[in-house]
Amino acid sequence: MKSARSILGLLGLALLTACAGEYPQSSIAPTTDFADTIHGLYVTIFWWTMVILAVVWVILAYILVKYRERPDSPKPKQIHGHLGMEIAWTIGPALIVVAIAIPTIQAVFATQQVPEDSLVVEVIGHQYWWEFRYPENGGVITANELHVPVGTPVSLRLHSDDVIHSFWVPQLGGKRDANPLRQVPEGQDLKYNWIHFTAQENGTFMGQCAEFCGDSHSLMGMRVIVESQEEFDAWLADLTAGHPQTVTQSQALNAVPTEAGTGASLPGPALQEAASQEEAPAEDPAIAEGRNLFLANCSACHAINGVSEAGQIAPNLTLLGRRSSIAAGMLENNVDNLVRWISDPQSVKPGALMPGLEYQGGRPPVVWPAFNLTPDQVRTVANYLYSLR
Amino acid sequence: MSVTTAPTPATSPETHHEATGLWSWITTVDHKRIGIMYFVTSLFFLGVGGIEALIIRLQLFSPENQLISAQLYNQLFTMHGTTMIFLVAMPQAVAFFNYIVPLQIGARDVAFPRLNALSYWIYLFGAIYLNVSWFVGAAPNTSWVGYANLTSTQFSPGLNVDFWVLGLSILGVSSIMGGVNFITTIINLRAPGMKLMRMPLFTWMTFVTSFLLVTALPVIAVALILLAFDRFFATNFFVASAGGDPVLWQHLFWIFGHPEVYILVLPAFGVISDVIPAFSRKPLFGYPVVVYAGVLIGFIGWGVWSHHMFTSGLGPIADSFFVASTMIIAIPTGVKIFNWMATMWGGALRFTTAMMFAVGLVALFTVGGLSGIMHSSAPVDLQQHDSYFVVAHFHYVIVGGILLGMFSGVYYWFPKVTGRLLSEKLGKLHFWTTIIGFNLTFFPMHFSGMYGMPRRTWTYQAELNVEIYNQLSTVGAFFLGASTLLLLWNIWKSLKSGEKAGHNPWGAPTLEWSIPSPPHHYNFPELPEVRSREPLWHDDEKAAIEAVTLKEPVTEPEMPNPSFWPIIVALGTTVTWALVMTGKWWAPLLGLAFTAVGIYGWAFEDPFKKKAAH
Amino acid sequence: MAEAAAVAHDDHHYTSTGLNSWKVGFWTFIGSECLFFGTLLSTYMVYKGAALQGPYPGDVFDIPLTTVSTFVLLMSSLAMVLALDGVQRANKKLTLFWLGVVIVFGAIFLGFQYYEFNHFVHEGLTLQQSVFGSTFFVLTGFHGAHVTVGVIWMISLFVMALRGKLPPEKALNVEIAGLYWHFVDIVWIVIFVLVYLIP
Repeated sequence: MKSARSILGLLGLALLTACAGEYPQSSIAPTTDFADTIHGLYVTIFWWTMVILAVVWVILAYILVKYRERPDSPKPKQIHGHLGMEIAWTIGPALIVVAIAIPTIQAVFATQQVPEDSLVVEVIGHQYWWEFRYPENGGVITANELHVPVGTPVSLRLHSDDVIHSFWVPQLGGKRDANPLRQVPEGQDLKYNWIHFTAQENGTFMGQCAEFCGDSHSLMGMRVIVESQEEFDAWLADLTAGHPQTVTQSQALNAVPTEAGTGASLPGPALQEAASQEEAPAEDPAIAEGRNLFLANCSACHAINGVSEAGQIAPNLTLLGRRSSIAAGMLENNVDNLVRWISDPQSVKPGALMPGLEYQGGRPPVVWPAFNLTPDQVRTVANYLYSLR
Repeated sequence: MSVTTAPTPATSPETHHEATGLWSWITTVDHKRIGIMYFVTSLFFLGVGGIEALIIRLQLFSPENQLISAQLYNQLFTMHGTTMIFLVAMPQAVAFFNYIVPLQIGARDVAFPRLNALSYWIYLFGAIYLNVSWFVGAAPNTSWVGYANLTSTQFSPGLNVDFWVLGLSILGVSSIMGGVNFITTIINLRAPGMKLMRMPLFTWMTFVTSFLLVTALPVIAVALILLAFDRFFATNFFVASAGGDPVLWQHLFWIFGHPEVYILVLPAFGVISDVIPAFSRKPLFGYPVVVYAGVLIGFIGWGVWSHHMFTSGLGPIADSFFVASTMIIAIPTGVKIFNWMATMWGGALRFTTAMMFAVGLVALFTVGGLSGIMHSSAPVDLQQHDSYFVVAHFHYVIVGGILLGMFSGVYYWFPKVTGRLLSEKLGKLHFWTTIIGFNLTFFPMHFSGMYGMPRRTWTYQAELNVEIYNQLSTVGAFFLGASTLLLLWNIWKSLKSGEKAGHNPWGAPTLEWSIPSPPHHYNFPELPEVRSREPLWHDDEKAAIEAVTLKEPVTEPEMPNPSFWPIIVALGTTVTWALVMTGKWWAPLLGLAFTAVGIYGWAFEDPFKKKAAH
Repeated sequence: MAEAAAVAHDDHHYTSTGLNSWKVGFWTFIGSECLFFGTLLSTYMVYKGAALQGPYPGDVFDIPLTTVSTFVLLMSSLAMVLALDGVQRANKKLTLFWLGVVIVFGAIFLGFQYYEFNHFVHEGLTLQQSVFGSTFFVLTGFHGAHVTVGVIWMISLFVMALRGKLPPEKALNVEIAGLYWHFVDIVWIVIFVLVYLIP
């Protein structure tokens, strides 16, 4: 029991002072007002419970040592109870409970208060990826990497396209379920869940689905990029503009890798690919071929703003080259991983709706239309997608 | 009717020698044998659920591990939870209800012996049915809470969820019947003088638990029926696009599910409320308060369900209500802890294995209770919900509370059941290895959860930096598993060559210790008259009671005959449910017809009919 | 239901409350059934007005018709009381007559329900049509199933009485069957009020 108590002391330190860098998904390293409120409450309650635990364990330890039976122990006094004690240890905990309940209920209301003039982002959970829409900015769509400006109140409007998911980016605050939208009779309002927060720090924050949602629940990650208002506005403008054929190259040329981008650490081929693009005065024929393959094989499900916006059931791939990860936060974004993902998504993410070469069973019972793509063609598509910056 | 004497109808002794052999167990209606069968079966499934847990822990040993597939993992964690709750914890408690309660209240059997056998057989067949799913490669895979609409045919088209929904329905029937039986037994079959407020705490907690069983199980039954209709008849109960509400499932499940938590934990509280006084040589401190606290927990347990749903989006008013009710329920639980400590205070504590497990419960359940306080705070729960922090929490409650309590009960009552003592030396080794293994497994989960690892995940990213905590948990889990083998070894050894126990090896105060170990099949030759809460601690009362409980009867009390109808009806019930799987509306009717034959055979069987003389 | 026939044997058994164990057990079972129907009814109430498409309750309910079937079921409870009285007074004729009335009235109620279900399906209200269809049919269907079990139980008692196997000392059998019958009846009254009468 002694060792357990010293472990507990360590817990006390560790559970309150975790460094966010070391633990990118830490729930005790708040970076928003929402997360701060929760963390403050948690610290308060943590110490109350530690006091109670200490009291119980110290008394228990005392009893176990003091009252163990000895050869000369007399028959214990037969005490049946004591009303005063009962009242005392009912009222004592009751007072502590009140001390915890008051700030809790205040926080319950405070964290669910709708802020004025907040940026609304619609968050839609899918098996097994996240869709983000900006209804106040022309409904522009992105996937798996949410961008929000620092210092501005943000309201996430959550729902799901299939089963229940839960949006959890611990450093931004608590989780909230994304429920399938329940259809209601005419004249009634649809019910959404909301998360409100104002980010206080720039950075990239990790999160993932927290409500079991099927085979690849564990692989349904996401990133939230908190950036300055200017960066955010620029990103949003790029996202809206997309990659129309005529401007694709200039965009690719001018693209400055974002903080989140991992381009610099890429292995050889991808870097050379990117470099060769930059040297090309006009559109690289390989890129054009990749786009054509995309249009022929991928665009039924995937959209790229300015190229093809028909496909709405799979992640929007606009500015894909800027993302730090693919496959809902599961793979580092580089050409090799794109090839791997396109070739055999089921091996990366079992049960994903994106069919692949090795596709076996599950939903939906379809054969990938691009079954006859050669490995070279897959790489061409991957190169094209990676060039979308 | 006079309460001082109990009629003991005469019968010829040779017809009531206890039969042996397989058939005698299949047809038994003796609460003690049924209790033993419950215990052995639940111990078997503890092994099954434990192996499932160990595979889970192996998969989580390192990040992005590919040891088993995500599909298999999801089946394993679903079946681990379902098995441990419905096939281990509940039936293990029922095993103790069966064996101990009639002995504690001075009864010869439960109120409905055949119904009792039926409960067991339905439990066994339901458990088998549920696990058959492994052999057809379609074990349930949507977690033990089976949240809609993941369980719909659209998102779970296979047989997996069918096994789950039908298997749990079968088990629910068994539990409701058990609850009815024990309520009636405790109300009606107490020995003369055994007033309600003289009943041992274990019996009291059985009483409260039985009420919870009878009231909570119908709620999950309805939820399962609605889900079954959605799956087999394309209704719209949980179909959002047709106006159904998946969140309704969560409400129904947790209206059952939270009382279920108390169904699981109150029996363990009952066990240690008997064990602690026995080994402190002092009566339970504040007996009425402990009883009322248990009753109060049972009541308030109905008003806290939505604390499992703080992330579902119920709005601040509902959240606040459930914050308050949840925090309130902590108070009677705390009161129980303090009363146990006050019982030990000033006592002469004997650290038998049973006592050590009881003290272990007091110390470690407190940890689980306090982390519970943390997520009773709705905003804090938004971080902790569905993370490994919660996994740590409820394992401290379930293993630290329920399993330690049940182990305490095993060491305490084993001599009564078998007439032999378990080895204390092995027992203490078992205790310490359990405590070490348990804490090593579950304490690190607080950290993995805090650092953002969600529960029900097949794997985790290396970036989360929670590998070390998972490795500690895995090592601990194997340690814990090995320690449980010590218990089996101890039982095996003691059955063969354990020290003879005598009728009251612990000097315990309650009625079950006044009869021989193991008891006669009729328990009490004559019903004793009880005059206090600790009848065997008052010399004159003890003498009076043992004068009737230890003597050989001139004529043996009349006991009900064995019957094979319970197993027939149980088989029919299980087959009926299983045939629902065919999706044909008429198929279950075949099973129903079979069941009906069993019910008529049962109804017109005379359980007290004298057998023809040889 | 099943063990009712064995009831007579418990009579000479000691109980702490003096109450017969079968009665205590059966009351407990009825308590459990209350939660069962309570949950089904709650589901219906929660989904009230949530149907996305018709037919809606107002389109299909025929209150006068259902009032008649409700009345028939209510009267069957009265007959049940009289049947028990017949058994207790060892009056075989009365017993058979009133048990017969219970059976017939129960069957009439089921007939009404069969007609009603058929009619609703004809109007386009099926199990699958809307949440109203799902909740309505499952709730009233489970009640109907309970009535059916009750009728079968009553028929069994009727046959026993016919063979002279229902002497006054076995009145408890009939009393417990009656408890069940009254309970099912009361559940219907609640359903009638909450589902049919309150718009």
